[in-house]
Amino acid sequence: MLSTVKCMVMRDLTLAMRHRSDVLTTVFFFIIVVSLFPLGVGPDAALLKEMAAGVVWVAALLASMLSLTRLFADDYNDGTLEQLMMVPQPLSLIVLGKVLAHWIISGLPLVLMSPLLGLQFGLEGDELIMLMVTLLIGTPVLSLLGAIGAALTLGLRGGGVLVSLLVLPLYIPVLIFGAGAVTASAAGMGADGHLSLMGAILLLALVLAPWASAAALRISVE
Amino acid sequence: MFNLFKYSSPASFYPLAGRLAVGFGIASVILLVIGLYMSFFVAPTDYKQGEGYRIMFIHVPAAWMSMWIYVVMACFAAAGMIWNTRLSSMMASSLAPTGAMFTFVALWTGALWGKPMWGAWWVWDARLTSELILLFLYVGFMALESAIDDPRRAARASGLLALVGVINVPIIYYSVQWWNTLHQGSSIKVVDGGIEASMSEIMLWTLLVMTFACWFYAVAVSLSRVRSTILERESDAVWVKALLKERKA
Amino acid sequence: MDKALLEINELECVRGDKQLFSDLSFSLQAGSLLHVHGPNGSGKTTLLRAIAGLVLPENGEICWNGETTGKQKDDFNRELLYLGHHYGLKFELTGYENLKVFANLSGADINEHEVEAALTKFGLAHCVELPVKVLSQGQKRRVALARLLLQRSKLWILDEPFVALDAAAVELLLGVIKAHVADGGMVILTTHQEVAIDAGQLQHLHLGQQPLDRQQAGSMPSASVTEPH
Repeated sequence: MLSTVKCMVMRDLTLAMRHRSDVLTTVFFFIIVVSLFPLGVGPDAALLKEMAAGVVWVAALLASMLSLTRLFADDYNDGTLEQLMMVPQPLSLIVLGKVLAHWIISGLPLVLMSPLLGLQFGLEGDELIMLMVTLLIGTPVLSLLGAIGAALTLGLRGGGVLVSLLVLPLYIPVLIFGAGAVTASAAGMGADGHLSLMGAILLLALVLAPWASAAALRISVE
Repeated sequence: MFNLFKYSSPASFYPLAGRLAVGFGIASVILLVIGLYMSFFVAPTDYKQGEGYRIMFIHVPAAWMSMWIYVVMACFAAAGMIWNTRLSSMMASSLAPTGAMFTFVALWTGALWGKPMWGAWWVWDARLTSELILLFLYVGFMALESAIDDPRRAARASGLLALVGVINVPIIYYSVQWWNTLHQGSSIKVVDGGIEASMSEIMLWTLLVMTFACWFYAVAVSLSRVRSTILERESDAVWVKALLKERKA
Repeated sequence: MDKALLEINELECVRGDKQLFSDLSFSLQAGSLLHVHGPNGSGKTTLLRAIAGLVLPENGEICWNGETTGKQKDDFNRELLYLGHHYGLKFELTGYENLKVFANLSGADINEHEVEAALTKFGLAHCVELPVKVLSQGQKRRVALARLLLQRSKLWILDEPFVALDAAAVELLLGVIKAHVADGGMVILTTHQEVAIDAGQLQHLHLGQQPLDRQQAGSMPSASVTEPH
């Protein structure tokens, strides 16, 4: 079981390493979106500090979604996806491996970049750590839920726009708890409640999303 | 007893749906007339909100129906996936536009109600926000369905999306509640609580009549919608050709 | 006579709202080859994909060893190798890496020598360490076909396997197929090319035909199975 997941993760990481520019595109998109906000609302330090968590989180949602369309599309186009559906392993494990690789490529870099962006918005100390922690728990959920949308829209015209329509509403709880935790800790309240709820969402997504994506893939590949 | 499996085939469901649609349509019109009369002339003026509260009689049923239809839609979608019955998927997709319409009505009347009550067309109240997200879910469902050309894939994919959505609805709802209590503006909470506490019995009855009017309307409209879907999807079938010939003659 | 391993019962497949075939039944036993014939659009590929479990049939069932394939997916997939129109290869990976991924996922542990032997057999000895994208169409097809030798699957489903192959490679593939069938394997294939296939117990399936002696039942697409012996 673990070896299946590991095999898929290694495969997708190898592929990503041979296409390194794709990884960088996602990170730079994230940085650009975050940097646009001060330009839009003005450089008022107090206002920016208050908005910081929300802005970074919304940008993370958009960045992670942007890279979703390619999650299954390449494998679908060259026929490896249908071959993967016929190996004697549960398809949900294969999906889990692919999602994990997607997170390492497009979610983890966002987590690592977030303290820098937080600094730009005047966050400090504990708030920066909290921002990183929430993104660390939250971005895997984004990849997991996003996989369902990517699988459903596989091979459709305008799939990229459609996937955002399907997936963004599902991202709302993660956004609320993620940004809420940072705000709460900045206000001196505990963020334990937020974090444990996010953990619960992560567990639920980990159990249900690969299964749902596998079902969606079977529908789409037909 | 009513044999469910006999009516799970489109050919035998088509005439039944026609009769049911007419029945529910008539019932809905009658209830609507009674309900509107009660809303405007029987229900007393609210001591706190004056006449403006009467919009509740359309707002609340619309909001209830919008959520209920999503649940029913997901049940049909689940049935369609489990038993691979085409009719269930058709029912799910013909419910979606009605559900979206009720969601929209709930939002619209909510805004109209909010202006005199809260002094703003839109406030980020937990219920309104959840309703808005529900509208997004409906739109996503319909967008996915219309983006897929193959009707079989469209039905199965949108069905799966409805199931994913229905698991998420409670999570979204509670997270929005949580978010709202954290960022609460003090003026918001009073209104809804106030009206429920002060609701007289006649208001409750009016609300109930209007709810059933909306419910029957939803049933009638989605049944007649499923009839045209059946004709479209089964246009090659022998019974549809016979039906069309009969109509022409 | 041996027990049939693969049984197709009253299979019906649709594309969009159009029925491709219905009431299709046949069975296949170890050591036999099924050649599926039919014009374009008659549902050959859909039939092969339905047997492989990629397409959900509208009606009917597909049984392997007496049990529906859907209920024993992993066991059935272990016995199955489907090669379709796509190569099913990652162009950025080398031939070895490509084959290794599928071998790992199939639970078979293969080493570089075996992969090299398989590729050499298909005339690709020098291509083990090259990314697939630099190979020609025919060479790519051969890398994909090398899986036939590496995964010891019993049932091969080959959709147009001779496309893009040169005469020598066609001969080679025919030899591989014959050896597999003689060894008790089963092969289902389609091809538009004129190749002399004759191996084991040969069966022909004709899809999308309108037999002259059947004029009732409207314009139902039909199928027929023949066993010349």
